[in-house]
Amino acid sequence: MNTHTAGHDVEARTFHLITPISDETIKRLHVGDVVYVSGAIFTARDMAHRRILEEKPAWTNEIRSGVVYHCGPIVKNGTVVSAGPTTSARLNTLTPDFLALTGAKLLIGKGGMDENVLRALEEHTAAYGVFPGGSGALAAKSLRRKKVYLEDLGMPEAVWVFEARDFGPVFITMDAHGNSLHQEVEKTVKDNLLRLFSP
Amino acid sequence: MTSDSGNRETGCESDAMEDIEAAVVEGIKRAVTDLPPDVEGALREALRREDSSLARLNLETILKNVEIARDQGIPMCQDTGTLIFYVRVGTGFKHAPLLKKAITGGVKRATEEIPLRPNTVHPFKNRNMGWNLGPGMPIVHFDIVEGDTAEIVIVPKGGGSENPSRLKMLNPTDGMEGVRRLVLETVAGGAPRACPPIIVGVGIGGGADMAVHMAKKAASRPVGQRHPCPETAELEEHLLREINSLGIGPMGLGGHTTALDVHIEYACRHPASFPAAVVFQCWAARRAKITLDNTGKWEVSQ
Repeated sequence: MNTHTAGHDVEARTFHLITPISDETIKRLHVGDVVYVSGAIFTARDMAHRRILEEKPAWTNEIRSGVVYHCGPIVKNGTVVSAGPTTSARLNTLTPDFLALTGAKLLIGKGGMDENVLRALEEHTAAYGVFPGGSGALAAKSLRRKKVYLEDLGMPEAVWVFEARDFGPVFITMDAHGNSLHQEVEKTVKDNLLRLFSP
Repeated sequence: MTSDSGNRETGCESDAMEDIEAAVVEGIKRAVTDLPPDVEGALREALRREDSSLARLNLETILKNVEIARDQGIPMCQDTGTLIFYVRVGTGFKHAPLLKKAITGGVKRATEEIPLRPNTVHPFKNRNMGWNLGPGMPIVHFDIVEGDTAEIVIVPKGGGSENPSRLKMLNPTDGMEGVRRLVLETVAGGAPRACPPIIVGVGIGGGADMAVHMAKKAASRPVGQRHPCPETAELEEHLLREINSLGIGPMGLGGHTTALDVHIEYACRHPASFPAAVVFQCWAARRAKITLDNTGKWEVSQ
């Protein structure tokens, strides 16, 4: 097949990270690496981002040097039932301020984030990774519920604090050095689209 | 899963209601915990085709997830979607008046028992209504057909794959080339966020509402099933090849498999209009079919 892809064909490097994560660790991560995370993970999606930025609750200190997961899980009787990622791009505009306020070091979601987020990751020495979307059953196997904040937002939107044990694979697709696999793929796709549209 | 409660001879309505509710719960459970064989087969085929380690590891993780969900009876994706029911009621199916209420009751029970994620947010109050119920929910489409059974196709539709949906009122002179461009542009711009490999549904003609409805329904057609009309089937195959040459790949991280299939449905159009709609279905293309008969027997299949 005459397909032009932006794939990384070299065998990926694998890292096992434990929270809190240091700047030095983040600097060692590059696009194409695969990480597995252990320790505290905070879920946050649309409304949680807005509330955290507006209300600046004291508990956001706990997120410092930690992991934020774009995820709206199913939790029943204290058990994490299914917990795959949600589309990160919806949080593009809120993420630079969110990183500045919380000091999160690793964002996990799916679908990638934009140029502004890439710059903010560089500025705050943080990285972004993709957990395979839709793989909620698998994700839940490595997550235990610790506590919950902003529960009034409802199950999908609340901030759940999970204790993770080798949560992954998480593919580093945006690193702290200004590289984005999403931008690379986007460019390839644009070129391929132009090729299809040229007479 | 089948059921035979055997007390239908009495024709007791509350028993019939309970039976249909039980069937709906079981149908939803099957849909959210087990992927139809055509979809899983297409994902395995995609894994054979991919050569980059990133694309392969994504597909391997997805397939492992599918196995865990099926073996343990838990939702494969935490987004158990907006629940859509396509109901075909036979004119001789005597429990027809109970269907809407039984489906609603089944959704409430399923949300608690399976469990499902409560996914109905009031747009003005910004409040999660719980139970997957609330104004307009669940979505139920009724069709009346011949026969004395009822068939309910359940499609839990995730939000991530719903957001890139597009409707365009093309110029009639744009024709099928306009449709092709719309589909390719929509895929290029939206597929990476829709959990690819996706299934692409396309609706052509009708009116604005019908084009979107057809596109959404088309996205739930089994993978590999071509439209019966040869020129439509040909366009489906052509678009699939073009989409898979874009390089978006599994989860949008590069690769050969962006779509598992393209399904087109069409209707005649007004002379002045050429509506075309594109709706994506994520790889977790969940669906299940319940067949109910007048004796109280029901069966769930995929």
